[in-house]
Amino acid sequence: MTIAPEKGSGEVAVPEGHVRLTIDGLDVVAPKGELLIRTAERLGIVVPRFCDHPLLDPAGACRQCLVEVEMGGRPMPKPQASCTMTVADGMVVRTQHTSPVADKAQQGVMELLLINHPLDCPICDKGGECPLQNQALAHGRSDSRFTETKRTFPKPIPVSTQVLLDRERCVLCQRCTRFSSQIAGDHNFLDLLERGADQQVGTASTADISGAGEDRNQSYFSGNTIQICPVGALTSAAYRFRSRPFDLVSTPSVCEHCASGCAQRTDWRRGKVMRRLAGEDHEVNEEWNCDKGRFAFRYATAADRFQRPMIRDADTGELRESSWTEALRRAAEGLLKARDGAGVGVLAGGRLTVEDAYAYSKFARVALHTNDIDFRVRPHSEEELDFLSSSVVGTSPAGGGVTYADLQKAPAVLCVAFEPDEESPIVFLRLRKAARTGKTKVFHLGQWTTPAVDKSWGTLLPCPPGSEPTAIEGLFFSSETAPAFTALSGNGSVILVGERAAEVPGLLSSVLRLAGRTQARVAWIPRRAGERGALDAGALPTLLPGGRLVVDAAARAEIEQAWGLDAGVLPATPGRDTSGILSATAAGELAGLVVGGVDPYDLPDPELGLRALAASFVVSLELRPSAVTEHADVVLPIAPAVEKSGSYLNWEGRRRTFGTTLDGTGALSDCRVLDTLAVEMDADLFTQTPAAAMADFDRLGPPQSSALRPDPPVLPAPPAPAAADGEVLLATWRHLLDNGSLQDDEPNLAGTARPAMARLSAATAERFGVTEGHPVTVWTERGSVTVRAEFADLPDDVVWLPGNSGFSSVRRHLGVGHGASVSLRAGGGNS
Amino acid sequence: MSAEGPLGGSGIDTDVRPLTPVLTKRWLSPRSWTIQTYEQLEGYTALRKALRAHPDQLIQLCKDSGLRGRGGAGFPTGMKWGFIPQGDGKPHYLVINADEGEPGTCKDIPLMMADPHSLVEGVVITSYAIRANFAAIYVRGEALHCVRRMQAAVNEAYAAGYLGKNILGSGFDLDVVVHAGAGAYICGEETALLDSLEGLRGQPRLKPPFPATSGLYEAPTVVNNVETIASVPFIVNGGADWFRTMGSERSPGPKIFSLSGHVTNPGQYEAPMGSTLRELLELAGGMKDGIPLKFWTPGGSSTPLFTAEHLDVPLDFEGAAEAGSMLGTTALQLFNETVSVPWAVMKWTEFYKHESCGKCTPCREGTYWLAQILQRMVRGEGTPQDIDTLLDICDNVLGRSFCALGDGAVSPITSGIKYFKDEFLALCRENTGRSNSGESTVDDSGKHVLAGAH
Repeated sequence: MTIAPEKGSGEVAVPEGHVRLTIDGLDVVAPKGELLIRTAERLGIVVPRFCDHPLLDPAGACRQCLVEVEMGGRPMPKPQASCTMTVADGMVVRTQHTSPVADKAQQGVMELLLINHPLDCPICDKGGECPLQNQALAHGRSDSRFTETKRTFPKPIPVSTQVLLDRERCVLCQRCTRFSSQIAGDHNFLDLLERGADQQVGTASTADISGAGEDRNQSYFSGNTIQICPVGALTSAAYRFRSRPFDLVSTPSVCEHCASGCAQRTDWRRGKVMRRLAGEDHEVNEEWNCDKGRFAFRYATAADRFQRPMIRDADTGELRESSWTEALRRAAEGLLKARDGAGVGVLAGGRLTVEDAYAYSKFARVALHTNDIDFRVRPHSEEELDFLSSSVVGTSPAGGGVTYADLQKAPAVLCVAFEPDEESPIVFLRLRKAARTGKTKVFHLGQWTTPAVDKSWGTLLPCPPGSEPTAIEGLFFSSETAPAFTALSGNGSVILVGERAAEVPGLLSSVLRLAGRTQARVAWIPRRAGERGALDAGALPTLLPGGRLVVDAAARAEIEQAWGLDAGVLPATPGRDTSGILSATAAGELAGLVVGGVDPYDLPDPELGLRALAASFVVSLELRPSAVTEHADVVLPIAPAVEKSGSYLNWEGRRRTFGTTLDGTGALSDCRVLDTLAVEMDADLFTQTPAAAMADFDRLGPPQSSALRPDPPVLPAPPAPAAADGEVLLATWRHLLDNGSLQDDEPNLAGTARPAMARLSAATAERFGVTEGHPVTVWTERGSVTVRAEFADLPDDVVWLPGNSGFSSVRRHLGVGHGASVSLRAGGGNS
Repeated sequence: MSAEGPLGGSGIDTDVRPLTPVLTKRWLSPRSWTIQTYEQLEGYTALRKALRAHPDQLIQLCKDSGLRGRGGAGFPTGMKWGFIPQGDGKPHYLVINADEGEPGTCKDIPLMMADPHSLVEGVVITSYAIRANFAAIYVRGEALHCVRRMQAAVNEAYAAGYLGKNILGSGFDLDVVVHAGAGAYICGEETALLDSLEGLRGQPRLKPPFPATSGLYEAPTVVNNVETIASVPFIVNGGADWFRTMGSERSPGPKIFSLSGHVTNPGQYEAPMGSTLRELLELAGGMKDGIPLKFWTPGGSSTPLFTAEHLDVPLDFEGAAEAGSMLGTTALQLFNETVSVPWAVMKWTEFYKHESCGKCTPCREGTYWLAQILQRMVRGEGTPQDIDTLLDICDNVLGRSFCALGDGAVSPITSGIKYFKDEFLALCRENTGRSNSGESTVDDSGKHVLAGAH
């Protein structure tokens, strides 16, 4: 923005693509196409508004932002909505500050908005942070001339289990309906019903339509409608009546759930988080977040959270509370004994901050003298390790890595083993925006036309589970998929690959080969918030911090020097990965385990995991009881994200730093606990605080340019797996909202989860006698899953199950994953 | 249906400028709606002529004729056609606004009932001119009989080769769909109509972009009224100069005036633009039972009221505007001295409250409030202050709403108070008397207390 100097001192040249206009007597140069309300805002002139939102298409519905406009010396006959009119050269604009007409128009609209608005501000959640309240005070009359009968509605009505609608308070600005249709793509979540003064926001189930039936169109982004509602019409079931905004302390925070890396605002009172809101970061999440990030935070205050260290009582075999001193001594003794015996492995988990992951990485090397460390507590492979250490570690926006902005500019994006709305919802929103506002073509390599395919105007490149590498290799050669290859060859195209790619042998190699052929860039998007940071912190058997290779002697020497260790102390041979650690432990080749936030049922083989835990000395750093702590010898309680500071690396490799929201709870971050534990074991980590840990990590700097880089994986595409006789192939991935333990104690959120359904083609269903809507059972020799069947456009002889929803916990009950051959039959129960 | 054209009226005075009926000339023919009758009476001759011309020549002809839109706004039709970008590689569409809903307006439905093929022929010629291969006729849903008749006419036209592929061997293709609305006044607003036609909620769209560049399915679209397009074949056959022999310089051509209310012979009267109510009343046999005219609408209830003073206002776009109203749809609703103005205004306001689409605040909330105040006043519970409030609310709605519905909604109120403020005050005086004494009082002027009409 340029404010022209005072007249007489020479005119500022208007740059190309800009216009000059006057607002309230101030000369201003504005880019063509800018809305008047935005230009005025930049001048510090606030025009009141309700329907206007910078990220939504203009509506011009509320008429609150009327201003007087003069064009070419001729005043326009009517005041104009500044939220829909764009700037023009020579325009003269008068807002309420200089135009009695605009002022009267705004006061008139405000009075009209209030005639049907209830006077329940004292009990309204929005009271105190309400644009209607604020603007009525600033631009409205002090009294109302309305003495007639107000329009009333029953209130509130639920539009989902977590969003309640009070239609009396609604000013019909359409922000929520426009958000749902434009941003989230949930066309049926909220819409306008009826007309005139009876117009109201509603859903198919609140509409007075006979036979509309129950509405299954839930939204993963519905919380945003509560946040952008300019009145108290949409309220959160979980937050309703809990507090007043002026009682809350707002702390900027970062979401701990997925790798999107959303900026958030955490509102808390008296040591308790009351709600979380989307923060503003236009590079990352713009002004949105998903419902999981917004609503799933009460796990941290669950009644069963460990408040004190626990040790397993030798007599009873049960965990009992202990002092820190006792617990640390017990842990140190056990670990030292195990280390000096068969050895100790470290399973760090995927939910750590960079600082905590760095502490695990350093603890393994310095205190346990081992490279047996892995953060991947999900299906993983050696190929993935090569992929991560050759193509992912160290990438960042500053280093030219793929960013959100790149997705928006890309001519084409291919999603491989990645379901964007389920696994990284803000990436999904950006893909949808790219497809909606740009010319980005989105392709999905998958098994069926999922909501994400639909809502990104995407093209499904269908293939049976496990055949993804074959499909990628053949992309160019099939007339059906060749357009995808051509589009990906466009300058700036991106391939997004999910963590599930590790489940399919050869897939990551094929992805890299495709990237080589098309010149598309590759970005890896894991599900958990901590995986990318743990990768860079070196919580892997082959990598030291900063992507340095364990086998690189120079890199080891660099680390040894930085850590103040004697030369040659660091173990020089690559360690075992998660499966290796678990197999070795179960076989007695390792004697101890240090376990971070790990759910054994996420492991590729949960049964093996449980056997390993049972067979070894286990130190668990945990928040709440889990299948790990059931076997732990020592449980050291650690702080949830809200009670510590730190940073995550999101999928872009962007550092997302956050401070402590709830201070002084006494909870310690993992890095502090590990530091103290190491001291007990006579080793120094220098990770007493997250700040110290980060400083220690940052001092390492990037690896030397001469440092070894591993070769990318070059596995050939294996032959497509075939189902055994009479069986089908299993396709599976997780829903965003599922049985995950960070979503515990959130019934309102859980109510909006997508139902657990088995999906299969009509032809497959017919073959197995399965009826849509009726139970179907998928089983292996390990166990079975019974859920209702729904037809979808899957390849024949394939069944899709949600990974961990309702009764469908695939790894836990079936012991297999994506691409496995499983048995299928109609009906429930055991065979 | 009342289809009394000039031929049907009685006692045509020599003062009335003679007019050979144009738009209504076939209305009284036997089975006028069939393609046989239509073809016998010059039907589809204009089409043959038009298809031999270059489309641009037709647009120029329409511009030269001075034809202005008959849906109320009076926008020059030829200019509208000329706005359609040619050679843009996009499909073009013609949409006929047959959602006749303005209170008092009843010209398009009779036209479609009596002479549907004149509309079909106009549609083909217009589509050819703007290079559209698809046209939709959006008919008001309540007029089911009319939907059926239009559909039958379209079917006949397909069968006769006037619609479909390669029309009359010209190489021009056109498909026409007759679409029934669902009974919303707002869908007469052209962009709301387009949304409705696309299957969306009928609410007006933000302009720009205008339909000429981004209309139906975001493609260039002409939206014209039934009467406008039904005029086109006559212009093609008669020529621009002939068309200009009727009406005034800036508002040429014939027009169907719809007379309703307290008139001896209500119905459709075709007369040149610029005719006066005095002339039309003479055609219609004068006021019913000789009771004098009190007030009237020149073009439906959205146009400010006129009174008996305005009997000689020339009813064309300029004349009506100069006299403080609008020509609108030339729906002349006539009210005699038995009708209470506040009551009539209340009924109209109830209509607008019912039909407001709800999109914008001033219209949605304003009509809701205005209706309640007027209902209270008519009940005799108003105060003089209510009149000021009414006028101020009207000021806050007029020109502040998203579309013209809000502007139309306040027209009867402001013009009613402008000409008949005494009647509103009288209702309040009654109330003042009652509330002061606790019992009903007789109006001391002894004037006849007006209630509802009839």
